[in-house]
Amino acid sequence: MLAKRIIPCLDVDKGRVVKGKKFKDIKDVADPVELAKRYNQEGADELVFYDITASNESRNIFLDVVENVAAEIAIPFTVGGGIRTVEDIHRVLRAGADKVSINSAAVEKPELLRDAARKFGAQCIVLSIDAKQSAAGAWEVYTKGGRNNTGMDAVVWAKQGEALGAGEIVVNAIDTDGEKTGYNLELTKAIANAVNIPIVASGGAGEAAHFSDVLKDSADAALAASVFHYGEIPLPDLKKYLQANDIVVRSERTWK
Amino acid sequence: MIAIIDYGAGNIKSLQFALTRQNLDSQLTADPETIRKSDAVILPGVGAFKDAMDSLNSLGLTTVIKEAAKTGKPILGICLGMQLFYDTSEEDGRWQGLGLLEGKVGRISNTVKVPHMGWNTLRQHAPSPLLEDITDNTYVYFVHSYAVKDYQEETLISSTEYGGIVPAIVQKDNIIGMQFHPEKSGSAGLKLLQNFRRMIS
Repeated sequence: MLAKRIIPCLDVDKGRVVKGKKFKDIKDVADPVELAKRYNQEGADELVFYDITASNESRNIFLDVVENVAAEIAIPFTVGGGIRTVEDIHRVLRAGADKVSINSAAVEKPELLRDAARKFGAQCIVLSIDAKQSAAGAWEVYTKGGRNNTGMDAVVWAKQGEALGAGEIVVNAIDTDGEKTGYNLELTKAIANAVNIPIVASGGAGEAAHFSDVLKDSADAALAASVFHYGEIPLPDLKKYLQANDIVVRSERTWK
Repeated sequence: MIAIIDYGAGNIKSLQFALTRQNLDSQLTADPETIRKSDAVILPGVGAFKDAMDSLNSLGLTTVIKEAAKTGKPILGICLGMQLFYDTSEEDGRWQGLGLLEGKVGRISNTVKVPHMGWNTLRQHAPSPLLEDITDNTYVYFVHSYAVKDYQEETLISSTEYGGIVPAIVQKDNIIGMQFHPEKSGSAGLKLLQNFRRMIS
């Protein structure tokens, strides 16, 4: 049976994992390759790396990180941040990434999704949607890291993204992001019900129950960053918790 | 040396890294002579069925692969690479494949989400050296929208369940297909590649 996926997300700046306040005390996790190896050993099903600077000079450093990660771990990983053209996508896939996550650039140029899916296959094109609820109750799409309200309806955009060729959608709830009060179940479900491609919930994980809530409700995978980086929820414990709550997750034995 | 057929873009690097980890010497190549001299061939999966067949044809590799198959050396197709071994595919039309295996490729049932993406379990149907030390319910990583539909029962080594039975490992003598990505399937995938290595004389 297809397992629900748990996906740690790493923000990378100039080749290092970006450290939050509490991060200062954990020195060895600053290297994205080392952190990726650790999460792989602990049972992460996939990883996501975001190039948060995405400037021209940092691009090559980031590509090196992608290649080094591919050399060290044998689980799938997605790369995002600053992906604007088919050539950008080609570069990260060639460096060893399995999937590419596109956000603002897809809103500005929806044909990027179509061109990319045609060239590389829908399975490696991930549409990332940042959404927030308006006063009137609609889900609106934001770009530029949540600063720009496009006025687009997130559910309509998700359907359009699927039709253009996205093979997966990451639903980032801006309202709950960083709040640790749980994923936005309503938004995630609204999008999951509108499309027939896998859905990754993002934004708001604070405890193990939040993962089981969203995975039981509508999501195929759940993404989180700080709860893993700060060691608040160890991956092996989370997997055990989900299993005990009747959610199918991957258990792995190790071969030599 | 294992020849990895180079016919386009995509993530080939992970496969090369995985083979290196198994101490397997590999070379990404579109050169017929290198492929002829290799001890085994891997046909990776990239993009759409028709585009892949067009690339193989224009590079003159279809005959080279068919010849290699006749020599008896192990030929492994991964994901789309496995699908290309079959007679036909119905991916956006109807296209001729390599015809190394009898059967056809069709879209995964819409009763489930497509693509089939993530970790799913293997179930053994027939004995094969490929499955040495791989028990039932081992998780491997799948990502595909099309699957092998008609096939010869005796070629089915292992399957998974997703909107019906999905062939996961097929084998007819030296022709082997894996629908999932062994190079992305953690230590289970590396074990499968190790088993493949043992088939190379």
